Parts: sequence; C-alpha cells; structure tokens
Amino acid sequence: MELLTALFTDYTLRTVALGAALLGVVSGVLGCFAVLRRQALLGDAMSHAALPGIALAFWLTGQRDSLVLLIGATVAAWVAALLILGITRASRIKEDSALAMTLAVFFGLGLVLLSALQKHPNAAQAGLKTFLFGQAAALVEEDLRVMALLGVPALLCVALLWKQFKLLSFDPEYAASLGMPTGFLSVLLTTLMVLAIAIGLQAVGVVLMSAMLVAPAAAARQWTNRLSAMVLLAAAFGAGAGVVGAVISATARGISTGPAVVLCLTAITLVSLLMAPERGLLWSAWRRRQLIAPVE
Amino acid sequence: MSPELEVQLIAVIVATACALPGAFLVLRRMAMLSDAISHTVLLGIVLAYFISGTLGSPLLFVGAAAMGVITVALVELVGGSGLVREDAAIGIVFPALFSIAVILISRYAGNVHLDVDSVLLGELIFAPFDRVMLWGLDVPRALLIGTSTLAINLALIGLFYKELKLTSFDPGLAAALGFAPTLVHYGLMTMVSVTAVGAFDAVGSILVIALMVAPPAAAYLLTDRLPVMLLLSVLIGAASAIAGYRVAHWLDVSVGGAMATMTGVAFGLALLFAPGRGLVAGAARRQRQRWEFAQQMLTLHLLNHEGAAEASEECSLRHLSSDLRWRADFAEEVVRRAERGGLVRRAGPALTLTERGRQMAREASLR
Repeated sequence: MELLTALFTDYTLRTVALGAALLGVVSGVLGCFAVLRRQALLGDAMSHAALPGIALAFWLTGQRDSLVLLIGATVAAWVAALLILGITRASRIKEDSALAMTLAVFFGLGLVLLSALQKHPNAAQAGLKTFLFGQAAALVEEDLRVMALLGVPALLCVALLWKQFKLLSFDPEYAASLGMPTGFLSVLLTTLMVLAIAIGLQAVGVVLMSAMLVAPAAAARQWTNRLSAMVLLAAAFGAGAGVVGAVISATARGISTGPAVVLCLTAITLVSLLMAPERGLLWSAWRRRQLIAPVE
Repeated sequence: MSPELEVQLIAVIVATACALPGAFLVLRRMAMLSDAISHTVLLGIVLAYFISGTLGSPLLFVGAAAMGVITVALVELVGGSGLVREDAAIGIVFPALFSIAVILISRYAGNVHLDVDSVLLGELIFAPFDRVMLWGLDVPRALLIGTSTLAINLALIGLFYKELKLTSFDPGLAAALGFAPTLVHYGLMTMVSVTAVGAFDAVGSILVIALMVAPPAAAYLLTDRLPVMLLLSVLIGAASAIAGYRVAHWLDVSVGGAMATMTGVAFGLALLFAPGRGLVAGAARRQRQRWEFAQQMLTLHLLNHEGAAEASEECSLRHLSSDLRWRADFAEEVVRRAERGGLVRRAGPALTLTERGRQMAREASLR
C-alpha cells in the first residue's frame, strides 16, 4: 500500500515508472510487428549500431542534450538497418551474418569515436556507460517529455496505418499486388522501431533493448490469434513490466531498473509459453493426455 | 619484446582464434548466436567467481564456456517449442541471462574488480601489464590465453574437420551417415564459447562478434571452397587486427574499436571488389551482357530482313531507332561495337551482316 502511494507521490519513482511504462508500451507495440515480420533481432543490431550516431551527434554539437543525442542514435540505427537489408539483397551473405557484423562493426566504430572524444573536456565515458545500461534511475521530467515526443507520434502512426501494417506483416506479396507502397511502408515501420529503440536506450540501454522488443510480443502471441489483441496485450505486458521493474529497483538494493524490467518480462514470457490456453506447453500436454486417455 | 609488438601479436592471435569457429557460424547461419553467447558468458564468470572466490581461477573459464553452451540449449529449448521462432528465442534468452548477471554483480560483487563494462569492452592496450610466468618465461596473460584458445580451436577443427564440414553443408546427410549433427553442433558452440571468453579479455565481448563474423563473411564472398575460406578468414582477421592497431595508434583511439571497424572495412572491400561475386564485378558483367544482347538483337534484325525487298530501307542505322525502339546514340554505339567485333559492315547508311554476324544471329535464334 505504501508502495502504491509512493508510486503517485514520490517524484523519482513516478518518473522512472512512467518512463519505463512508456517504453514498454512503445516497444511492445512495435515489437509485435518486428516479431511477425521475422525481424526479432533487427532491434538488437540497430540498438548497438546507434553508438556511433550518439558519439557523432555529441561531437558535432558539443551538447549532451538528450534530444540531440537521440537524433544521432536514430540516424545511425537507420543507416545500419538499410545496410543490413542492402547486404542481404546484394550478396549471398545471409541475414544472421549481416546482423551480427553490422552490430559489432558499428559498435566498434562508436568506440573509436568515443575514445577520440575522450580527449575533450566533456568526458564521454559516463555517456558510454549510460548507453550500455541506460539511466532509468536518473530520468527527469525533461527526459520523459523527449520520450513522449518520440513515442506518441510512433504509436499514432501505427494506429493510422493499422490496416497497411497488418497486411504488410502477414502477406506482403498480396499487399504489393493491391498497389500498396510496401517498400515505403516497410521502411516506415523500421523507422518507428528505431524510435522505440531511441527511447529504450535512455531507459534500459543497448544490451537489454532486444528483450524489450521481442519478449512482450512473444508473450502476447501465445494468448491470441488476433493482431489487435496481440498488440494491446504486448503493450500491457510492456507497461506492466516497466512499472513493476521500476518499483522493484526502487525498493531493493543493487537492482537497476533495466535488468529488473527485463526479468519481469522474462517471467511474463515464461508463464505465457507454459500456461497460455490453446498454445501453451502445459495446455497442449494436457490435451494430448485427454486424447490418449480413452484408448487405455 | 616491446609492449607494442606484444599487443599486435595478441591482436593477431585473438583474431585468428575467432575467425576459425566464426567461419562455421557464418556457413551454418548461426552468426547471431555469437552475439548471445558473448553476452551470457558474463553470467558464467559471475557464478564461477562466487564458487571459487577469486577472479584468477581457471574455473571462471570453465563456467563461462558452460554458460555459453547453456545459452544455446535454452535458445533451442524455447525455439524448439514451436511457439516462438529461433531468432525471437535468442532475443528473449540472452537479455534475461545477462540481466541476472548484472543484478548479481551489483548486489553481491560490488566490491571486487568485476566491472561489467570492462567485460563488454575490454582493453587491449593494458594487456602487456598483466603478466604470468611460464617455464621461466615472462609473458602477458592475454597472450597465453589467446594462444591456448587458438591451439584448442586448431586441434578441434583439425580432428573433426570432416564432421564439421558435412554437418555444416548437409545436416540431413550427416545424420543419415551417423555423424551426430547435434553433438557436432554443441561441440562447435563450446568452441565459440571458449573463444569468446578467451578473447574478450583483450577486445571485449561485443567486438568478439566482429572478429568472429566479419572476416569469414568476407572470405565467403571470395571463395567456394571451405579450406580456402578458413585460410582467407584467418588472413583477413589478422590483417584487420594489424591495420586496426596501426590506425588506433596513429589516431590515438580505442584499439578494439579500430580492429572491429577494420573488419568491417575488409568486408566492405570484399563486397565491392570480390572477383565474380562483388558488386563492381556484377555491375561490369551486367553492362557487358547489355551490349552483347544488343548486338545479338542487331544481327537478328539484319538477318530477318536480309535479301528482302525492303532490305536497304530496314537495314539502316536510322531505322533501328524505330524498329527496335533504340535511342539514336545507343543504336550508333551498338553498331560501332558490332563493326569493331566484325559482325556487321557499314556502307553509307546501309548495314550488312558479315559471315560471323550471320553465324551469331543463327545461334541466337536457335537458343
């Protein structure tokens, strides 16, 4: 009960919980499309690839303003996504190699830029640590505003282009035959995913970002066969895990928000994989027994 | 040995050790497993540290390698349930294990030197300062670990070359012949885990991925033969390591980062300039085919109208534009090339086929 009131009265806890919940909603929604379009790991690659963008934005502007850095991150992640697509289209390199390579090479380039920056008075090491693990506990209202500025338009875009994105995810050939600009829509969807990643970098950092995109969608998929229900469930899972994770990290010693949120999501996913009606593992095991029983 | 030379030697050995198992990862389309493994070995290190109590124990190595294998097993368990695809399974499993490691470190190991970002990033430059005595020889620890990893990888690939090759290219046949693809798969994953642990001391776990995937991917564009691919992977990896070190030294930037960037540059060069398969070669081939095709069209057109009443009218340069819908300058260029190749003769405005041109047209029409 005390915790519940603290959630509304305590400024830090409220900000962190709101930030994590916002991230959970945005990444949950966009993660659904990523998972359905078999791009579950694209998010992981793009989030690592954002590092050189952040370093360059910092270098060019000399500012640590989070909006400027997020724009840098977005551009770099976007370039990485195009490169991955280009490599798989233009050569016999498969997607997994293209993803892994782009991820690591961009990250390496980011490290080079950061280490060059380190000679500047504004030491970049702190920035790197933030990038790797997020800084959920240090979120202030200004950061929330930036996150909302990126996240809300992304969600609106999904709502407006719902039918198009749905068709693109399930049957791209049919969508193309209807004369839909599938190439453009595909790039747009990837761009929206980049926005979710940019928000996530602030809160949970690079390494854990892939779970924020994949886990809510994978969990929600088990409960329903309808895209609309899946997206809403994923958003709810993401938001719930965000709030619970924030509360856990605020009350327990030595648990930072990012890992706490990810472990909450993992728990939700595990429960979904086991228990979900129709698809869940326990459910199907039970049904198999029902089928065998009459024979005995 | 000077520290600079030592750093370069370590870099080359680590790059070589990474490229060998990496080649099989690329062939088996499992490159992203290196991403998962290189992150989760942290949990193995933490757990082994809790058991052994020191950071110097070889148990850390064993724990980390075991955790790499456990990661793969978990990914296959989740992916094998059929409820989520394999790539989504990777995206769920490794952040979860990594989160556990981060929490364990910040809760119970905050006072020791087990820094998460040093595991993720590594620092090659400091490698020469951490030394061990070996048979009276004073060597950097990273050199010892790197050489051991390389030796293990060479030995395993040498011993199980046939098995690795067959299971990579045709797992079905391998299983039918009794080669136990699963066993080979887990063997390879153990090799990747051991290599990741051995290498991240020097370059950090994220850059290990670059060293494992980029050189073999570049080599894959250059050859169709596995032994050549392995050799090229090693050479490209080693060259990138040296080039990365030089660039880092010159610009005074992160050595690991520069090495990873150089592997990317190497891949980019292979993508552009690989003979036969590169983008430049492909563009040149398409260009050549375009002209060849146009010349065939020209000879066919001329053959069609040869000897007919309207021949003098049809077989002129001017007419090609309207009949074949060629732009005037394009038609001129085709005729010029065909003339140079001895396919047609030009007499004023009229074009006539040579014997060779007639031959080409007949072959083209038979196809």
